[in-house]
Formats: sequence, structure tokens, C-alpha cells
Amino acid sequence: MDDWITFPVLILSATLRVATPLILCAMGGLFSERSGLIDIGLEGKMLAAAFAAAAMASVTGSAWAGLGAAILVAEVLALLHGFACITHRGNQVVSGVAINILVSGLTVVFGMAWFQRGGQTPALPPEARFMPINLRGSRAFADVPLLGRLYGDLLGGHNLIVYLALLIVPLTWWVLNRTRFGLRLRAVGEVPLAVDAAGISVAWLRYRAVLICGLFTGIAGTYLSIAQNAAFSRDMTAGQGYIALAAMIFGKWRPVPALGACLMFGFLDAVAIRLQGVRLPLIGEVPVQFIQVLPYVLTVILLAGFIGRAVAPKAIGVPYEKEH
Amino acid sequence: MSTPAPPAVELRAIDKSFGPVHANRSVSLSIARGSITGIIGENGAGKSTLMSILYGLYEADSGEILIDGQAVRIRSPRDAIAHGIGMVHQHFMLIDTFTVLENMVLGAETGPVLRPSLESARRELERLGNDYGLRVDPDAMVGDLPVSEQQRVEILKVLYRGARILILDEPSAVLTPQETEQLFRILQALRDRGATVVLITHKLREIMAVTDAVFVMRHGEVVAERRTADTSSEELAELMVGRKVRLELDKTPPHAGAPALVAHGLGLRDSRGIAVLDGIDLTLRAGEIVGIAGVSGNGQSELLEVLAGIRPPTVGRLTIGARTIDAAHPAGPAEMRALGVAHVPEDRHRYGLVAPFEAAESALLGYHDKAPFSSHGLMHHRAMVDHCAALMERFDVRPRRPELRSANFSGGNQQKLILAREIAAQPRILLVGQPTRGVDIGAIEFIHRQLLAARDAGCAILVVSVELDEVMALSDRILVMYGGRIVGEVAGETADERTLGLMMANVWTPPEAPERQSTAVTAP
Repeated sequence: MDDWITFPVLILSATLRVATPLILCAMGGLFSERSGLIDIGLEGKMLAAAFAAAAMASVTGSAWAGLGAAILVAEVLALLHGFACITHRGNQVVSGVAINILVSGLTVVFGMAWFQRGGQTPALPPEARFMPINLRGSRAFADVPLLGRLYGDLLGGHNLIVYLALLIVPLTWWVLNRTRFGLRLRAVGEVPLAVDAAGISVAWLRYRAVLICGLFTGIAGTYLSIAQNAAFSRDMTAGQGYIALAAMIFGKWRPVPALGACLMFGFLDAVAIRLQGVRLPLIGEVPVQFIQVLPYVLTVILLAGFIGRAVAPKAIGVPYEKEH
Repeated sequence: MSTPAPPAVELRAIDKSFGPVHANRSVSLSIARGSITGIIGENGAGKSTLMSILYGLYEADSGEILIDGQAVRIRSPRDAIAHGIGMVHQHFMLIDTFTVLENMVLGAETGPVLRPSLESARRELERLGNDYGLRVDPDAMVGDLPVSEQQRVEILKVLYRGARILILDEPSAVLTPQETEQLFRILQALRDRGATVVLITHKLREIMAVTDAVFVMRHGEVVAERRTADTSSEELAELMVGRKVRLELDKTPPHAGAPALVAHGLGLRDSRGIAVLDGIDLTLRAGEIVGIAGVSGNGQSELLEVLAGIRPPTVGRLTIGARTIDAAHPAGPAEMRALGVAHVPEDRHRYGLVAPFEAAESALLGYHDKAPFSSHGLMHHRAMVDHCAALMERFDVRPRRPELRSANFSGGNQQKLILAREIAAQPRILLVGQPTRGVDIGAIEFIHRQLLAARDAGCAILVVSVELDEVMALSDRILVMYGGRIVGEVAGETADERTLGLMMANVWTPPEAPERQSTAVTAP
């Protein structure tokens, strides 16, 4: 009866679900990059975390244990990136790409060795996953036109991590703009020498930024393998780490615009899924491949020139050296 | 040293080297509490390094630091701040995208949440503004403020951290004379309230105007200590430059020949549309050295860039032989080189050589595509090394090792190598920016002699230098630049420092009766 309302609600609800890992990664990347460290390795950290979460959850049967393992693994990789780029002043792009390649291979190797399913992890039972939460009274409301659907399917019906991701955005904004740590973090991404001259450790600040990034990407990976899906499959991140990076840059390294960009990418993806097999007037049936490629094409176009004058943190990508 | 109160700062036998550069050699000095003490010396004398050691930015290789008579170790700015030392750096340590308040509290926040820090900084800013006349808009974005106000923010930052000892590194470099006066009043107010101020500068006038005592540094050493009341600019100048006072070169009169390069109404606008060069008329004749004097930043660098083909002029034209260069018909550096224009750039590290390259490669930059060094797109290493070895021999570049990385030569030897490269090309016109910046004394004289030799061989030479002595010693004619224009011209042998100084400040008025042919012409 209310098809005209079902469709947008489903699309928006799917948007949220698709955007969740993007939001988490983008906020993590934002901390890293505002401190002056490029993080290409969002993808790798998220993939490793996804594998760790699924593996741990399938062994212990606990979603929370999965989350813990995912965060731990993402933090190890984050520290590796930090060690290479902060302590040893290595090239940040190279380090990030290396992490991505390493993880793409290692997850499959470990997966085959441990689970003998060609790199997949076993399908998880609902108890070992983060399942959608039905809001109180959504059943009772379900028959109320419009509001019922909005309450039950858009506001409710998501898993814990979706809400967490939405909470992390204002938190990121607050930390960046309203705390001592945030002030120093923004400063170290602009003029690290000034931070050093003010008697603050540049390296420790950047390590903390990297650790926060590890935490968020760990949660993002968990979401992919044990909340949105019920198992890990090889290369399941499928470039979402890069899209998150693009969204963050598109959002000009600011939390709220970055959230907007993530939601836009999520929306496109949700529409793409919906449009599969649908016959559009005039155009006819749109090939699935064409729809699937849209978010990536958009990423390229946006990064290539539509972001306007994005003012990156001034010291981004430059290792800090006091004496030359 | 028999004063009862211990000095605020005492440095004992501080030594510091950066690779082959010995920046501080066993420096000892003591600074009385509640005084303004000047440290004067030429560029590269080691003043900034010394103060960076005191502030913990560098650690000394050896030596001792005493604050209020207590030996302390200062390993980082944090230690320095804890001992009440604050520094206003020559290059400001400010975050352009932060407000004044945010810059003030950075590193001195009162708690994990920002708001209380910002509020206390706002109150403190008000108080400091009233006490010392240090007024700035607390909510302005620092990047939007004029430089003089940015400097005020730096001072406020230091005071907000409760510093009792203030180090100012070349504070007037970015200020107009009026702003400098204002700064000095602030410094005096600070001293009168018990603060100790250390002023690093290379300007004699400032030392005489505001300090109580002065240390003179030269080549990394303290060569003299004076009470300002007991000394004079002349004495300080002599102490500062040391041997350089005998910069007189026994040169023969020039045999100026035909014009080699003629500029007509040359103008250049920067990316914001501001004229950085304006109506430059200039003739360089074969066999003469023309010097450009001026306070740095008055268009000298841009003039060199236009003449060398690095930037095309916006208006006006440049004639070299039969070729006329203007905005519509620009000539790049390669074509300029082909026209016989050689260029020794001001910033040798950015434009003069490639630091990680072998000396043999750096000795060939710009001429690398010529026979016998390359053919069919291949370089001939043997020829390059032989060429470089010959240049090193002729220009006394040490060590004589063409395979050594360019970065491993001292500043003076790098400069000799670049000069050798350009002179060896036998140019008709030689442009030289800051011929002896950061060059040791022995090399200075050598470089000057080489320039004179090139002149006598018929080359037209343009020398741009911030060292007035150098311009006066080398030039047959001196042009003075101010605000992108040539505001005066003086013949080399009759030039005196006073007239040139007034021209450089653009306040010179010609005397009623012009003397001889050497009189200056001022631009309208």
C-alpha cells in the first residue's frame, strides 16, 4: 500500500548501513591526517580487522571477543605505520600501500591455514554477531503509516556499530575543536616545528593519532565481517578504505562534511544495489556492472577536481625532522 | 663577574657543529638579570645557533648552561620553558589557521578541555595589553594579521608562559622602522619590570638604541663584550666584520665597452598582482661590474630572476644583442644561457646545485647537454669528471674530489664550484646573487678576484648583494633599489655608505649643487 514510502526508507536505511564502515574509517583517517600523517592503509587495517573479528568470533562464539581481536590487530598495523613513518620518517604512502598488500595476502593465507575454506571464515551464528537492534515498541508502531516505518526501519533496525559510527562523528568534532589534545593535534599537522618549540612531543602526538585511527578502523572491520555479513571473505573491503579516504578529503579533513561525503557514497551504493535488474524508463535495464562502478567513478571525479580548493593540513606527508 | 646577584644566564664553553660547519666554538657569555643584552654578528656568525641551544632546540656538543647561577640541562624547549626561558623566533612559530588565543594557549593549556584555557588566555591577553601596550585582537586568525602583529602574538605567547628570560631572534627583520621603535618600547617596559631580554641582531643601530650590554660574535666565537654606553657603532662594526673591513680590492679602472644587456621599463607583478618590479631601466656594459644595493626584499631577487629568464617580465623589454625579450616573447633560462647570460643564483641550495649530486654533475648543470659531456642523449662521465677536476684546480675548490656529493662541500667551496661553472662557460653577461653569502673569509677574497678577472676579460657583470661593503668594493657603478624601483645611482669609486644608506631607505635628497659626474639620480 505505502510503496512510495517503503522505497525511500529502504534506500536511506541501506545508505546508513553501507556508510557505516566509511564513516568509521574516514574519522580514523581524519585523526591521522590532521596530525600530518597520510593514511593509505585504512583499507588494509580494516581488512585485517575484519578477518580478526570473524576468526575470533567463530572460535570463541563471542562477537565482543571478535571486536577486541579486530581492534588489537588494527592497532598493531597502525603502530607499524607509526613506527615506519614517525620514528623512522619513512614515506607514508609507501608504508600504507605496503600494509594494504601485506594484509590482502596474509588474511587469505591465515584463513586457508585455519579454516580450510579457501580464505573464507565459517558462517557465524547470530549469537556471534552484532545483530540489528529492534527499538522498543517498533512492532506496535509498525502499522502507523509513515512514522512507523521511519521509527522501525530507519531509526531502528540497525546493529550497535551503526549507532556507534554516528556517535563518533560529533565526538571527533568535539575532540578536534574543543580539547587540548585536538588543538595540539591540529597544530602538529600544520606546523610541527611550532609544536616542538612549544615543548610538546611531535612523535607522541602523532602516535596517539595513529592509535585512534587503529581503533576506528578496527571497529569498521568488525562491522564488515560480523555485523553486516556473517563471515570474512577474501578482500571483502573492496576498496572501501580508499573511498573513506576520498570522502575524508572531499570533506576537507573536517568531521561533519566528511560524514556528509560518506553518506553520499553510501547513498550511491544503496541506489546501485536497488537499481540492479530494474528497468528504468527510456534507458531500459541498466547493466549491474555499470551501477556497481558508479561510486568508484565518482571517487575519481571528485578527487580529480570537484573538491575545490581543499586545504590539506600543511605538514601532511612530511616527516618531522628537527635538525637537517 | 663580581656582582652579588648571579647572572640570569651564563653559558660556558658552548660548542656545536653541524657536520663540517662549526657553528659555535667554545662560546662563553653571561647575561645580567633585568637587562637588555644584545648579541650582534653577521649572518652565519652563530648567534641563532647559540640561542637555539639555550632554548633547547639544539643540544650543544659540549659546554654548560647556568640559569640564575644553577647549572641546568636543557634538552628540549620544554626544559627551557620550565626554566623561564622564552624565545621569539625569526621565523614565527605560529599556526596560521588558528586564532590568536589558540596560538597563545598551544602547549600551555590549563586542562584537557580547551574552554577554560582560552578564557584565562583572554584575560591574560587583556592584562598584558594594558601593561605593555601589546594589543591584538584575540579572535583574529593569525594568518590574516600583518607581520608586526604576528610578532606581537609571539611575544604574548612567551609572556603567557611566564617567561622571565626572553630571547628575540632578529625581531626587526620583518618590521618597519616605526614598528621597530614600538617593539623597543615594549622591550624596555619588560626590562623595567624585571625581565631579562636577549636581542639577536646584525643591526648596529638597534644595539646602540636599546641594549645595556652587547656581545659580538664572529665565525662562531664571541670576540668581544662591551657595555653599550662604553662603545660605539664604529667599534662594533669593526669587531663584527673583523678582517672584512680590509675589503678594499686593488682593482684597475674599468674599460666599459658596448652595452651587452639593456632593460627598458622592466616590470613584474606577483601572483597577487602587486608590482614587485616597476619601471627598471638598466644597461650592463661589457667590462664593468654593476652592483645592486638595497635592503633585501626590495625587488633585487626578482630582478635577477627576470634577467636570468626564470620569470618573464610582465611589462617592458630586455635586449641582448639582436634578441628582444618581453612578455609576449619570453626566453627561458636555457635560451638565456645560449644568449650568453650566466647566472650564479642567490639561493645556491635551491637553484645553484643539486645537493645529493656528485660535484662533477653539479659542476655541469645547465651545460650538461653540450659536447663533450653528452651526445645522443648519453652522458660521458669521464669528460664530466675531467672538466670538474679542471674547474676545481682553477677555482681552488677543496677537497678536489669530483666524485664527492655536492652537499659535502662547505658553503664557500660550493659557491666557488658554481662560480667556476658559470665563468667557465665564458658568458658575455654574468649575473651574481649574493656572491659570498655564507662563505668563509678566505673564499670571499678569492671570489671577488675571480669576478674582477672576468670583468677584465670583458664580461658584463651584475652583482646583487645585501652586504653593502661587498657592493662598494666590487662595483664600478652602484644602483640602489627600493620598492621594486631603481631609486639611485652612484659611481663606484665615489660611493659612500651614508649616501647609499639614505638611498636604500629612500629618504635621500640630492644636494643643491651636484658634484662632478658621480652624482646620483633619483627616480621621480
